[in-house]
Amino acid sequence: MPKDTGIGASPVRREDVRFLTGTGEYTDDIVLAKQTYAVFARSTVAHGTIKSIDTSAAEGMPGVLAVFTGEDFVEVGGNPAGWLINSRNGEPMKEPKRPVLAHGKVRHVGDAYAAVIAETIEQARDAVEAIEADIDELPAVVDMNDALSGSNFVHDEIETNQCFDWGWIEDNRDATDNAIKNAHHVTTLELVNNRLVPNAMEPRASIGSYKASTGEYTLHTTSQNPHLTRLLISAFVLGIPENMLTVIAPDVGGGFGSKIYHYGEEALVLAAAKKLGRPVKWTADRTESFLTDAHGRDHVTKIELALDKEGNFLAFRTDTKANVGAYLSNFSTATPTFLHGTLMAGNYTVPLVYVNVKAVFTNTAPVDAYRGAGRPEATYSLERVIDKAARELRMDPIELRRKNFIKPDQYPYASAAGLEYDAGNYDALMDKMEEVADVAGFEARRKQSEANGLMRGFGVNAYIEACGIAPSNLVGVLGSRVGLYDAATVRVNATGNLSVMVGAHSHGQGHETAFPQVVAEMLGIDPAVIDIVHGDTSKIPFGMGTYGSRSLAVCGSAVVRATEKIINKAKKIAGHMLEASDQDITLENGVFSVAGTDKSVTFGEVALKAYIPHEYPLEDIEPGLEETAFYDPANFTYPSGAYACEVEVDPETGKVRVDRMCAVDDFGNVINPMIVTGQVHGGLAQGIGQALVENTSYDENGQLLSASYMDYTMPRADDMPMFHVDHSQGTPCTHNPLGVKGCGEAGAIGSPPTVVNAVIDALQSGGTNVTHIDMPVTPARVWDAMQNAKSEEA
Amino acid sequence: MTKVTMTVNGKAVSGDVEGRTLLSSFLREDQGLTGTHVGCDTSQCGACVVHVDGAAVKACTMLAAEADGANVDTIEGQSNADGSLNVIQQAFQDHHGLQCGFCTPGMVMSAAALLKDNPKPSETEVREYLEGNICRCTGYHNIVKAIMAASGQDVTAIAAE
Repeated sequence: MPKDTGIGASPVRREDVRFLTGTGEYTDDIVLAKQTYAVFARSTVAHGTIKSIDTSAAEGMPGVLAVFTGEDFVEVGGNPAGWLINSRNGEPMKEPKRPVLAHGKVRHVGDAYAAVIAETIEQARDAVEAIEADIDELPAVVDMNDALSGSNFVHDEIETNQCFDWGWIEDNRDATDNAIKNAHHVTTLELVNNRLVPNAMEPRASIGSYKASTGEYTLHTTSQNPHLTRLLISAFVLGIPENMLTVIAPDVGGGFGSKIYHYGEEALVLAAAKKLGRPVKWTADRTESFLTDAHGRDHVTKIELALDKEGNFLAFRTDTKANVGAYLSNFSTATPTFLHGTLMAGNYTVPLVYVNVKAVFTNTAPVDAYRGAGRPEATYSLERVIDKAARELRMDPIELRRKNFIKPDQYPYASAAGLEYDAGNYDALMDKMEEVADVAGFEARRKQSEANGLMRGFGVNAYIEACGIAPSNLVGVLGSRVGLYDAATVRVNATGNLSVMVGAHSHGQGHETAFPQVVAEMLGIDPAVIDIVHGDTSKIPFGMGTYGSRSLAVCGSAVVRATEKIINKAKKIAGHMLEASDQDITLENGVFSVAGTDKSVTFGEVALKAYIPHEYPLEDIEPGLEETAFYDPANFTYPSGAYACEVEVDPETGKVRVDRMCAVDDFGNVINPMIVTGQVHGGLAQGIGQALVENTSYDENGQLLSASYMDYTMPRADDMPMFHVDHSQGTPCTHNPLGVKGCGEAGAIGSPPTVVNAVIDALQSGGTNVTHIDMPVTPARVWDAMQNAKSEEA
Repeated sequence: MTKVTMTVNGKAVSGDVEGRTLLSSFLREDQGLTGTHVGCDTSQCGACVVHVDGAAVKACTMLAAEADGANVDTIEGQSNADGSLNVIQQAFQDHHGLQCGFCTPGMVMSAAALLKDNPKPSETEVREYLEGNICRCTGYHNIVKAIMAASGQDVTAIAAE
């Protein structure tokens, strides 16, 4: 019988009512008194020297209040990289300054070099057109190979386009090379992990305001992590003392990574608000979003898998070039390295892994973490090369994976890529996948497709990822410049209702519903009396926000710890009220009782006593009932899964249709199955989108060809099947109090190789010897691959 | 500036607009009806769908002046008279047909227009109708399910979870 409240229940989401009635409050919905508008002048060339910027005409336009250029920000700091990577030779990565507004050079199309503030947005737009910028266009650096071999530098001062040359695990390099040299069989695959644009449906927006009487700044912004944004602005960019800057992220309309980072527009509106003494608002239009939101993926990889004659994996060797774009976005250096290389052992007992990643500057938008962040790239490389190996060795792809799986009795398992997996059962996931996906019925479905003139393929995948992105000590050793704990404050009010202030910030994940389920379960009270407060640095403890599927595993654990402290104190108060030792007090269904007696007080009575402490042992217990906990986990969490996909390919057109998509995931314990399932659905759609339709295309001059929804294919409803999702095979995380792992990115990690494996299977079974097609697997690419295979045979 | 008058959610409203003012801007900026969202500039995403004289229209594609004299319905006017969620809104909540909520107003308005014309759409018909509404969060699974449930169809057989 499913529960209807607490942990494991699926209550409808409380935040839905405002979203369904148009009363949500997103940043652009906010109107502040005397608000002005910012519009940015953005480079139309990918690479150029700024010779002069004449703003005088713009300044004279109606309604214009101020014009800013890069000159106005030379004295302030730059937007930093959050993660220091050292190259194989020990040198630190190249870290060119990322200014608020471009100065000296523009480095990608969309790079902002000036901003106009005006009374209305239309006036600001008109005035931007009147800015005279003399920019000498330089040849653009777009292709990563050209970038590494040429002498045309995105950042002249570093005299290279290579940000770093990273090896992992460097001590295993020679052993891996030898294993590959001496192996019975080596499967090699070169592949591209296509560049994607996150495309949260809400474009970025920011409103800066400044109160001269107190010197306080406020930034309303579209952020997944308001405290991180405040820290970056305060400590690195503008130098505003942290206690003089409030960052508020109200309702956030999706992020998928793109709203983790601090962007220059946020600093601009704050600086402009101070100068003008009025609030300054900026809202991106969709083309600006395409040009300036941090993009995702963009890896070019060669992967080799060495096997013995029984099919045991001996080594994985990977050579990857990762595009970081024109500037280092905040986590751009962590994504292709520690979020990618450390996962390159997958779910397998492979003894050797070596990963080389060269990060490359180009005249394109910055690239950073996008849903999955490094793990989709790792999974795609691994699961594609394993599939290819199975085909070469004429082994069943499921059996080859099973043969090399880490077994349930091997945990904790030290992977060859340097992580310690705490729990998992990959065979159980594969068993469940075979059942849910009805693998047994595939051949009959294939015959039916053939009868309809279509080629049907089956693809499988096993993935592991690392999330609950945290342990500060570990990430500190690996180069992180921030800690990655989270925090929660549980405030019990005098009348018995609760405010729970959390460092995580929902941008669609349903925190306002899920976190109260945890607290209600622990206290035995109605979740309706528990309110979640998030997104406002003036109200919440210092937390690190929502990304990397970390909210429940890290912040949820902080909520548990703070609630435990509440229970401990409440028991002391109850003990006093009941004239018993707090050791003898039990809490059940919201009632504190003296064990073995009929004496009890309710949670509400204890709360009231805490705030009206008459006849209260002030010498032993403080009044009030409010507790804060910071939680810094011992390890990452390791969700894993087994996915299956069936596609139909039309041999006449190359069109691929996903017919069945099955995701069996191990998320550990599940707090709200409805929300978890929804998270998987969304990830699957993004993964299928990457596999089949989405691509970010720059031409050789660095012009973004796919800068609108007319040109960048977003997955639509009729591109998607109904999904089969299962998370019944959870193995609880061993090191956090809820046993949870994180579910936000899994779908986007597990699905791309599953889909591509299915397409290759369809083509092979249809008699066409195609071994690989790069994503997106468009009809044109499929058709080309089929024709090439045919002409090779002929 | 041009003076426009229209009925929005049953209430007569008027305002002075520039020739270039879009209906979406008029609703959001002049009328404070910020439930109509703007997610793109090319009439692709559908977050701004409203009803103009009963037909689903992308409010970022229509000039405010073009809506002079029209009956305009927005997400803010969709709830039942007692303030409770209407059948479509309730189905979206019951079936978890929304996550971040940004595309949701447009989805609800499109769904209402679909069900008016086609009271019992098939799954394929729902998916095809939603071509002009992009959601990045849900993968559409639960949106399709919610719309079919709102039409009174039994959705228990739709793929597990």
